[in-house]
Amino acid sequence: MADKILKKLNIKVWRQNKAADKGRFETYTIENISTGSSFLEMLDILNEKLIIEGQDPIAFDHDCREGICGTCSLFINGRAHGPDTEVTTCQLHMRKFKDGETITIEPWRAKSFPVIKDLVVDRTAFEKILYAGGFISVNTGGVPDANAIPIAYEDAEESMDAASCIGCGACVAACKNSSAMLFVAAKVSHLAKLPQGRVEAKKRARSMVAKMDELGFGGCTNTGACEVECPKSISITNIARLNREYLLARFSE
Amino acid sequence: MSILESKIPEGPLAGKWSRHKENIKVVSPANKRKLEVIVVGTGLGGASAAASLAELGYKVKAFCYQDSPRRAHSIAAQGGINAAKNYQNDNDSVFRLFYDTIKGGDYRSREANVYRLAEVSPNIIDQCVAQGVPFGREYGGLLANRTFGGALVSRTFYARGQTGQQLLIGAYQAMNRQISMGNVEMYSRHEMLDVVIIDGKARGIVARDLVTGKIKRFGAHAVVVATGGYSNVFFLSTNAMGSNGSAAWQCYKKGAFFSNPCFVQIHPTCIPVHGEQQSKLTLMSESLRNDGRVWVPKKKEDAEKIRKGEIGPNDIPEEDRDFYLERRYPSYGNLVPRDVASRAAKERCDAGFGVNPEGKAVYLDFKYSIERLGKNVIKARYGNLFQMYEKITDVDPYKEPMMIYPAIHYTMGGTWVDYNLMTTVPGLYSLGEANFSDHGANRLGASALMQGLADGYFVIPYTIGDYLADEILTPKIDTNTPEFEQVEKAVTERIEKLFNIKGTKPVDYFHKKLGHVMWDYVGMSRNEEGLKKAIQMIREIREEFWKDVKIPGELDNLNPELEKAGRVADFFDIGELIAMDALDRNESCGGHFREESVTDDGEAKRNDEKFTYVSCWEYKGEGQEPVLHKEDLVFENVKLTQRSYK
Ligand SMILES: Cc1cc2nc3c(=O)[nH]c(=O)nc-3n(C[C@H](O)[C@H](O)[C@H](O)COP(=O)(O)OP(=O)(O)OC[C@H]3O[C@@H](n4cnc5c(N)ncnc54)[C@H](O)[C@@H]3O)c2cc1C
Ligand code: SF4
Ligand code: FES
Repeated sequence: MADKILKKLNIKVWRQNKAADKGRFETYTIENISTGSSFLEMLDILNEKLIIEGQDPIAFDHDCREGICGTCSLFINGRAHGPDTEVTTCQLHMRKFKDGETITIEPWRAKSFPVIKDLVVDRTAFEKILYAGGFISVNTGGVPDANAIPIAYEDAEESMDAASCIGCGACVAACKNSSAMLFVAAKVSHLAKLPQGRVEAKKRARSMVAKMDELGFGGCTNTGACEVECPKSISITNIARLNREYLLARFSE
Repeated sequence: MSILESKIPEGPLAGKWSRHKENIKVVSPANKRKLEVIVVGTGLGGASAAASLAELGYKVKAFCYQDSPRRAHSIAAQGGINAAKNYQNDNDSVFRLFYDTIKGGDYRSREANVYRLAEVSPNIIDQCVAQGVPFGREYGGLLANRTFGGALVSRTFYARGQTGQQLLIGAYQAMNRQISMGNVEMYSRHEMLDVVIIDGKARGIVARDLVTGKIKRFGAHAVVVATGGYSNVFFLSTNAMGSNGSAAWQCYKKGAFFSNPCFVQIHPTCIPVHGEQQSKLTLMSESLRNDGRVWVPKKKEDAEKIRKGEIGPNDIPEEDRDFYLERRYPSYGNLVPRDVASRAAKERCDAGFGVNPEGKAVYLDFKYSIERLGKNVIKARYGNLFQMYEKITDVDPYKEPMMIYPAIHYTMGGTWVDYNLMTTVPGLYSLGEANFSDHGANRLGASALMQGLADGYFVIPYTIGDYLADEILTPKIDTNTPEFEQVEKAVTERIEKLFNIKGTKPVDYFHKKLGHVMWDYVGMSRNEEGLKKAIQMIREIREEFWKDVKIPGELDNLNPELEKAGRVADFFDIGELIAMDALDRNESCGGHFREESVTDDGEAKRNDEKFTYVSCWEYKGEGQEPVLHKEDLVFENVKLTQRSYK
């Protein structure tokens, strides 16, 4: 589809120099953006302008720019990853915006994800949840042949659906309770759906949930906001599975 | 002993690795606990190494510049990973994978290394399955395979179009387990800025904490660098924005030889460039060539009308489509190796048959396989890639062919290593894309993931012991020494120097300029005049950069522009060395195409008599010409033939 030019946009963005600073919104204007440009390319252009004018460019996280590394993390016009479905911020294109529009950009807002600078947040809490059990306890070497244990096609597919989580944190940002349930559920399901991961499934669910609570993420009240904003369409049925594993773990205690 | 002691074991090819393992030294468990290893980079190569070394008992410190190891560039690999499992009963074997890799690399890699790679490849798949990698499966519950370019057997394992992601998550989880047990200390958002050498041995690194800007020292008994490739010298590439060559370049400046820098891979199936504002290129997995047919219009006037938007691809009747790969290479057709496919696309576009407004695109059409297999099968195979394509281009590839064009994708060249993966600096190792070892002049699809994991899971855990066995009496490395002091000082001065230029232009301005020079003169097709011109131009841009770059922000805070500046400063130097290496190698082989060396029908022509060597560049100091050493390649098990995919 032919690209058009957006003549003028107002960019209202969260500025915060350091974690300890208070932070505020600033508004900038930017001109002549192609609708074929990505959202982050638009920010590149704005940053280039700011640098030349002697201002501090807007810090934002990004790396792969193709929707897979999970680094990019912007809250745009009130939505995690902006006004498109099944995309990360870096896959969002300017064709989703109108000429003259004011675009509001914020960082993920959650107690467990403190701001580092501007739009960059600290997601170490996700790592810590995974340290609590998001793995299968095998060492390198001494494992059976890959085809020794057949896995039903559907199980492998369901496991893969859950394993598609990119750890971006949009689910937490979208949730009014800042719950990390979808992220945790995705990991628990990914592994529990496979015979190799079944062995530790209950223990894994219990320790990851306990860690999540300890790190200050909120509880899940089933609003489903996470599923809507998840760029990888991780389904909330995974949360039901996590709850099941968790209950089983409690009963077997 | 020459400085280039490759340490390739004697004897028949098939037994080299077993014999080597029998002969190298082993460290006892009690001593392993006292030995520290630094692993820089936690992509497939680094994460698998960090996890495996920690499991053995070594104390590991691992580093990455992203906020989590899970975000390393390896995550973006789409298509798959090769392994000689022969699950399909199609006559695959370790030897065949070895042979395909050597041939695909156009006979510019070491037989022994490549054979070992093929030999350990089946173990990788076993390991990944045990870790919970959800590979694609058949209905009977066994693993599925797909075919990839450059092979006649089906040996590629995949997890939808997200194979790199799933393999990396596997390695990351294994490493997380070691972190939770206290055996790996993970330093995310830390960038290595230099390696520290004491009495000729690598003993640590100096890194910048990217959040606080603090410069920190880290000591260890050995340093493993697995920091990926340097494709971003070209500005536009399929690599992640932060991918860089700096760590490898610092090793080079500290005495590690740099090999075959001119061997850069151009991937045939990327989404074409649009406009000047573009920041990176997106790959469409090579696996798509399994089910997509590549074509351009036969008639120039049709191509012109398409470029003007007067007609669309679906308006071109069957008989007016030129399936040029099938026409030129009937036996491999759409599955020719990457370099061949890329050049063929450029040839058609240069001849005026390109199909986007810029005339730099060809079609990859799924119409035929959708007719044959049905939309659902295609969706199951490539659903996420099709979605990605549509989100970027706003075109539905189920209805209209994709537009693709070649782009810089992977670097075969890198730090020289011996059979133990040790560089020319004792105690300094290089793994994954960062080293030069296994792919020669061209890498086959699905072999980078294999190599990264082979290096990390199955090679370094053995070979590092041979070196560390002699270090058991070396106490914990003290970082309060003049050597650390001096490196820290040099690193700090360089950062301050860059920061204080306070010129007028942002880093990207220079990076883009460098990228244009590299693509135009050191890209898909190279010649002497162009290469000389490129070297001159790179020097000029570098000079301008060091006078006029403008870095905003603060030194003691998160400062992405400062990070970028340091990386781009090194890209100039790497770019120059790529051009020098390309100038030296007056033959066409693999991804390196010299216009002076072609056959009568325009295909690449190797010159085995003169160039059957690995180029190994030695740094001689700032402003000095580097010295070229050559490691001659000896082929005892394969016959060198001119590659033919016809
Ligand atoms: C789009 C795309 C698709 C691909 N598809 C395939 C495929 O289907 N099959 C295949 O086999 N190969 C594929 N490849 C190639 C393959 O993905 C890479 O070659 C491979 O993953 C590289 O792994 P690595 O571990 O060597 O490096 P990377 O994964 O690049 O990791 C580098 C690591 O080094 C760190 N780092 C870098 N510099 C520093 C520094 N100075 N200080 C600290 N840390 C640093 C980074 O943080 C990162 O952790 C693809 C590549 C791309 C670009
Ligand atoms: S579940 Fe979805 S939104 Fe949450 S971290 Fe994973 S990919 Fe992101
Ligand atoms: S930058 Fe990697 S997902 Fe957006």
